[in-house]
Amino acid sequence: MRRHVPLALCFIAGVFMAIQYFIPHPSVQAWYERLLAWLQTLLAFAFLIGTVSLVRLHAHKIGHKVAGRGYSWVLFVGLGLMVGFGFKGRAPGSPFDFMFQNVQVPIEGTMFSLLAFYIASAAFRAFRARTLEATLLLLAATIVMLGRVPVGDLLHRSIPAATDWILNVPNMASKRGIMIGVGLGMMATALKIMLGIERAWMGGTD
Amino acid sequence: MNRLGKFLQIDRRWIFLAILIAVLAPFIWPMGLPIVITKPVQDLYNAVDAIPPNGEPLFISIDYSPSTVPELDPMALAILRHAFSKDIRVAVLTLDPAGYGLAERALEAVAAEFGKERHKDYVFLGFQPGISAVVLGMGINIRNVFPEDAYGTPLSEIPMMEGIRNYDQIPLLITLSGTAVVEAWVIYAHQPYDAQIGAGVTAVMATDYYPFLDTGQLVGMLGGMRGAAEYETLIDRHDAGVRGMDSQSVIHILIIVLIVVGNIAYFGSRKRAPETAGGDAAA
Repeated sequence: MRRHVPLALCFIAGVFMAIQYFIPHPSVQAWYERLLAWLQTLLAFAFLIGTVSLVRLHAHKIGHKVAGRGYSWVLFVGLGLMVGFGFKGRAPGSPFDFMFQNVQVPIEGTMFSLLAFYIASAAFRAFRARTLEATLLLLAATIVMLGRVPVGDLLHRSIPAATDWILNVPNMASKRGIMIGVGLGMMATALKIMLGIERAWMGGTD
Repeated sequence: MNRLGKFLQIDRRWIFLAILIAVLAPFIWPMGLPIVITKPVQDLYNAVDAIPPNGEPLFISIDYSPSTVPELDPMALAILRHAFSKDIRVAVLTLDPAGYGLAERALEAVAAEFGKERHKDYVFLGFQPGISAVVLGMGINIRNVFPEDAYGTPLSEIPMMEGIRNYDQIPLLITLSGTAVVEAWVIYAHQPYDAQIGAGVTAVMATDYYPFLDTGQLVGMLGGMRGAAEYETLIDRHDAGVRGMDSQSVIHILIIVLIVVGNIAYFGSRKRAPETAGGDAAA
């Protein structure tokens, strides 16, 4: 029962979502709208499950005195504060908004910006023209880096043109290949799930 | 180990210091490098510009989180300024929970700049979970997925949303994102409902979306800070995007110099003492 009901629901919903596209009858469209509303509700629960999972993980770290558990305390304080402030409202100027704009935004922005430092260090130490492929990659990266900033235009007008060519021809050809492959893979996986061949989503490994 | 080999073992903190100086120096001594407009940016600008004033609203989906604010916020501000300067109505939504505060701040700031009225000239729809469900749902009826705006006013009571039912009444929707959510808009809004989609994405994501530009599935695209700088140039309002381009130019040059120097040192040290050459150290 615990296996067959979810599999049957998955099959029915999957088939319905596939065929509704070709049936413009109002009753079918009404069911389609209803399913979309359910889907939105289900996805909202993903946030709840994520939060519960996060709390359990860090509670376990604190409970078992795992090294670095101080960060788990920081997480709980931050989570508690933001949830508490959230209940008081999140209008501009509210404590929630203040914390978001002045703590979360700068922290996340800084984390992402740190990439520039590591990319520069990695470029110096690891980006080597050892093989033909590595040399081509290195040249393409150099041209694209120059062509994507105004100084490239100043150096030579052909640099931005070469950048456009790299992005529009070799890049696009490879991206299309990857995307077609991904698309076919997604369809195959969807079929496997609908037909009950792929069951990892039920929590097992079979 | 010879000199070139030793040079490759340079303390990474010197490189970090060089990057810091390269980022900061242009802010102290601006270079004012000219910005050349590229076709994807010009196309998006033209698509916004073609929307009639005080008519059907431009939709902007702020689908980014704080980590990509430095690249995507200038785009949001530039597009909002362009729209409001042309009296184009704007509806803003977000599919990222962390995008709520960013969207609200950008919209309210630019609306105040142009003296625009909430519900008459603009509306903030807020956040709804479930990317594909929301995008598909908007194709049937926006009120199904956004029954009210972010402040609890039913859409039926908002004057500028009168007659706006689905993508048929949306002349253009621009998604600003650092993730694959752009694909969701193309797959679930453009393909089944023929919605006109434009995008603003981070520089590293831009290469992913060139195929969509070529097929017309995206009407235009802003790629990274360069895209924001180009849009700012088009609306003649230089801001964070243009300011950031000087720093980005210097950084790109510095990285290229580091690559060249690193290769010279690597191959030089191999020729002289192949057994002691460095170069594979972790970043």
